[in-house]
Amino acid sequence: MSRRLNYREAMREAMHEALVADPRVFLMGEDVGMYGGTYAFSKGFLDEFGPERIRDTPLSELGFVGAAIGAALGGMRPIVEVMTVNFSLLALDQIVNSAALYRHMSGGQFSVPLVIRMTTGAGRQLAAQHSHSLEGWYAHIPGIKVLAPATIEDARGMLAPALADPDPVVIFEHAGLFNMEGDLADDWTVDIRSATVRREGKDVAIITHGGSLPKALAAAEQLAATGIDAEVLDLRVLRPLDTATIMASVSKCRHAVVVDEGWRTGSLAAEVMARIMENVFYELDAPVARVCSEEVPIPYAKHLEEAALPQPEKIVAAVRGLFS
Amino acid sequence: MTVDHRAAPPPTGPVPWDKKFALRLLADMVRIRRMEEKSAELYGAGKIRGFLHLYIGEEATAVGALHALSAEDNIVATYREHGHALVRGMDMGAIMAEMYGKREGCAHGRGGSMHLFDKATRLFGGNAIVGGGLPLAVGLGLAAKMQNENRLTACFFGDGAVAEGAFHESLNLAALWKLPVLFCCENNLYGMGTALERSESQTDLCVKAASYNMPALKVDGMDIVAVHEITKQAVQRVRAGDGPVFVEYQTYRFRAHSMFDAELYRQKAEVEEWKTRGPIHTFSARLKAEGKLTEEDFLALDAAANAEVDAAVAFAEAGTWEPVEDLLKDVHTS
Repeated sequence: MSRRLNYREAMREAMHEALVADPRVFLMGEDVGMYGGTYAFSKGFLDEFGPERIRDTPLSELGFVGAAIGAALGGMRPIVEVMTVNFSLLALDQIVNSAALYRHMSGGQFSVPLVIRMTTGAGRQLAAQHSHSLEGWYAHIPGIKVLAPATIEDARGMLAPALADPDPVVIFEHAGLFNMEGDLADDWTVDIRSATVRREGKDVAIITHGGSLPKALAAAEQLAATGIDAEVLDLRVLRPLDTATIMASVSKCRHAVVVDEGWRTGSLAAEVMARIMENVFYELDAPVARVCSEEVPIPYAKHLEEAALPQPEKIVAAVRGLFS
Repeated sequence: MTVDHRAAPPPTGPVPWDKKFALRLLADMVRIRRMEEKSAELYGAGKIRGFLHLYIGEEATAVGALHALSAEDNIVATYREHGHALVRGMDMGAIMAEMYGKREGCAHGRGGSMHLFDKATRLFGGNAIVGGGLPLAVGLGLAAKMQNENRLTACFFGDGAVAEGAFHESLNLAALWKLPVLFCCENNLYGMGTALERSESQTDLCVKAASYNMPALKVDGMDIVAVHEITKQAVQRVRAGDGPVFVEYQTYRFRAHSMFDAELYRQKAEVEEWKTRGPIHTFSARLKAEGKLTEEDFLALDAAANAEVDAAVAFAEAGTWEPVEDLLKDVHTS
């Protein structure tokens, strides 16, 4: 049995479940309360759980993310929502210099059981300061886990294990996915350890995450019509990367294309490609290719924004390039 | 605004404490002083490396303030935190071993001098990002309030931190949410080598704090009696549940900022003048005048401090190195 819901509803259900299940869990961030959440993820929560647990904050990203870290150190299980990844840069000091380091610097005495959720990605004509994909930066940092739910199941299921994790977890929710609908099986199960094959194939492994997953799946359908059977691998967990699953896909298909909405230079795609070289170089029939965002701040105009981002056509072209 | 860098006359006046309590606080100041003098010596000998920020001269602030708190309270400190850790109850051997980088240190050598942590005494670091501890203190206060715990969080930071956005965001949040946080500003007149008036348009730090709608108190940080009494009042107000209190402790660092500091930014005469206000000898003189301290008393507590330092150094020397095979330990819990 299954039921139909969208990404936003799935995440809302996940937060609701967590708030009901554990009195230590609370939500804080800009406009999570009276406004109902910037993207309506927490609509109705303030009435149900009250202002102590659904806590509207001032526009103080550094302050309230740091306060969430402190609350986690003090025994709570905060979910802190940052409106977009661009705004999270104001809080980067606390995420990188406190949350990620406290366990290590204290010799294991203190850990930070915190979940930070933030919107990432482009595609809505919000221009350069609301559209970037910086999850690759976060995935660089030892001490935090980085998740990218790209399906209804993951939007519904990743939060609970993230809250159960004794260490900080950052969840990137791609804005292009919020209205995506899908069927959620009644017996869904979700982990925060593994990459998952979303479409089985044998000719090429398309490796992606987040908002690029639907684009990769669309590209795979186009490729199927021309006789190329693409496998689509959803990384899901950007740190630590599930190297074994990546290598299994690449070894099977002998061709790989990495799709990443981050900029090409120093990207997460670059890391995945490097690992492929390190692990299965001799099993490749062609150099690994990638499709990333162009090296430009995301523009406002629709045609330029679309041109800056990975698109199914670019993925198809990159795959064809491996076989030409 | 200008700031008067000249030292006021040494603190004087009656000590409203019994002999036992007075000697305990004096002994704690001496313990910090002897531990840090030895640390500086060990730095010269290459036993301690990295940054070493000494608290010498400022002891009255940590000792006077921390003795106004209870064991259940949380402490957030800066990279100049050896004294706070010691007074809070950390074992001197664990501090010294940490500075040596030994496995027997409080963080097994992962943190060093700037990152002393102790779960048992609720010391949440040793934070070497200026202002970095303030948002954490707000969160610890929030957690205590949400869990109906009767504990406050004392957050120590220097005058340099008031230039950081974290200071302003944290004071606002703590006041807005009426959190049990005691903001303890140790104003030693310099953020590293930059004098307060060279970095702040408003040099009256209490004015800044008061603008966030919280009580802001100013005290002579070289006068342990004043420090302790005003902190007791501040603690009482925080415990009453009406929100945070800000205390500015006006103090002075006798030593360099770190071991790499040539002190080009201040005059030797200024330092010498401030030394006449040194918290150990001025407090000792006041106690002697009241008959609460004899020379023998002082020699005995000084000898005890030196013995504790010797034992701590021996403990650190005998310590072991964490095996390199364990390098990746404690990045994640599992």
